[in-house]
Amino acid sequence: MRKSDAFLTLSAVLLLLLGASFADAARGLVREEPALERKAEMVGRLGLTDLVLFTEARYTRHPSQADLHSAFQDHPFAMDHFPTGSLLPPPILKGRP
Amino acid sequence: MRVWLNKQRNLLDFSLSSLSRRRGKTLGMLTVYTSIVFVLASVMLFSHAIRREAATVLAKSPEVLVQRMVAGRHDLIPARHLDAIRGVRGVQSAEGRLWGYLFDPAAAANYTLMVPTNPRIEPGKVVIGDGVVRVRNADPGDLMSFRAHDGSLVQFKVDHAISRESALVSADLFLVAEEDFRRLFGIPAGMFTDLAVSVRNPREVGKIAEKIDAALPDTRIVLRDEILRTYESVFDWREGMLLVLLAGSILAFAIFSWEKASGLSAEERREIGILKAVGWETGDVILLKMLEGLVVSLSAFLVGYLLAYAHVFHLGAGLFEPVLKGWAVLYPKYRLTPFVDELQVATLFFFTVFPYTVATVVPIWRAAIVDPDQVMR
Repeated sequence: MRKSDAFLTLSAVLLLLLGASFADAARGLVREEPALERKAEMVGRLGLTDLVLFTEARYTRHPSQADLHSAFQDHPFAMDHFPTGSLLPPPILKGRP
Repeated sequence: MRVWLNKQRNLLDFSLSSLSRRRGKTLGMLTVYTSIVFVLASVMLFSHAIRREAATVLAKSPEVLVQRMVAGRHDLIPARHLDAIRGVRGVQSAEGRLWGYLFDPAAAANYTLMVPTNPRIEPGKVVIGDGVVRVRNADPGDLMSFRAHDGSLVQFKVDHAISRESALVSADLFLVAEEDFRRLFGIPAGMFTDLAVSVRNPREVGKIAEKIDAALPDTRIVLRDEILRTYESVFDWREGMLLVLLAGSILAFAIFSWEKASGLSAEERREIGILKAVGWETGDVILLKMLEGLVVSLSAFLVGYLLAYAHVFHLGAGLFEPVLKGWAVLYPKYRLTPFVDELQVATLFFFTVFPYTVATVVPIWRAAIVDPDQVMR
């Protein structure tokens, strides 16, 4: 087998897999749609506001509900000491503290 | 056409042979290149998927939330504020919410306690999220006890667990009855954590928020739109942070690949000289070297992207878990919905394959237009 044939075959397989990844994503979206709806329904029913990504501190558990001072309010001169604090920006509120 | 195709195949054969003569260098380059594409694609796929999932799922979060602020801190809000809010024209309904946090010393984890109104929980019972099930190894019927604000013990019987499918929004939930919540924290009747408001016309949300703000100056208002924008920025920020952390290695790779692609070794110069001497045209030499660049960059992109796809959507993005987890004990086990933005993938393709391939052209062209005799010397 010529080297070019081997490379072209390998590239074709990889391109096919790339196409398959898009197909897999599209199929996954269809498959997950009912689950997404159930999650959204639960959010509406329980009045949830945030994703459970960081449960270490209240301002990281509910970033959308936290005020701008919550990361620093344990005592005067308190610094934010949770690692997640460096990964989370403050909430975006329209001119309110 | 057939002649042209045969020529391209011959050129490809030649460039593959040329790459295999420098096997160590080529494999090293391919490994580093693939790793860079893998990390970049993983960050991109993960951030996009979780951002879309947050936007889809949180689209049904409360339209307007009213919190009371005292000295810059979130405080309990009295029920009389509900009457003031219901008096604002355009408000459809307003109800008090009870929620808070409970640290469980047995698991060293924080739970989110909530009092659901639909369906109501029977006093003494609790519905727990999947994360709580895992950290406490709890089954329906098990008893869980916590110390209340006055030191007395409050006992809960696990009614059932919320399915793992919704762990991304419910992993740490601990749903209890209103009586139990008030007894646990000593919150008197007529006080709430915050108030949830729904409005008749969604287009009037901003105006109604302004009216509530004016009627209740000690409150802070959080709109659904702001919740969604917070999540949009959370993941933009995180993607940015990861890319900043990666910037050093990306830059090192850019310098390395530029050096590798644009600087010709003496051996490569000699090779070009020989090719020219045996009758190759400048265009063919350039094409040959471009093909070498394309073989490396295209393979790295395809393998790197496919590995990233499998990592994020089939292996639970395990490499990001330590970063996302922080100090949290309770971390949800979730599977991301595969939202893929084709334009982002095309952009990644363009910025990873195109520059490397083009970077090979200029030095080759410079070497290829010089007299072969001079190059070989």
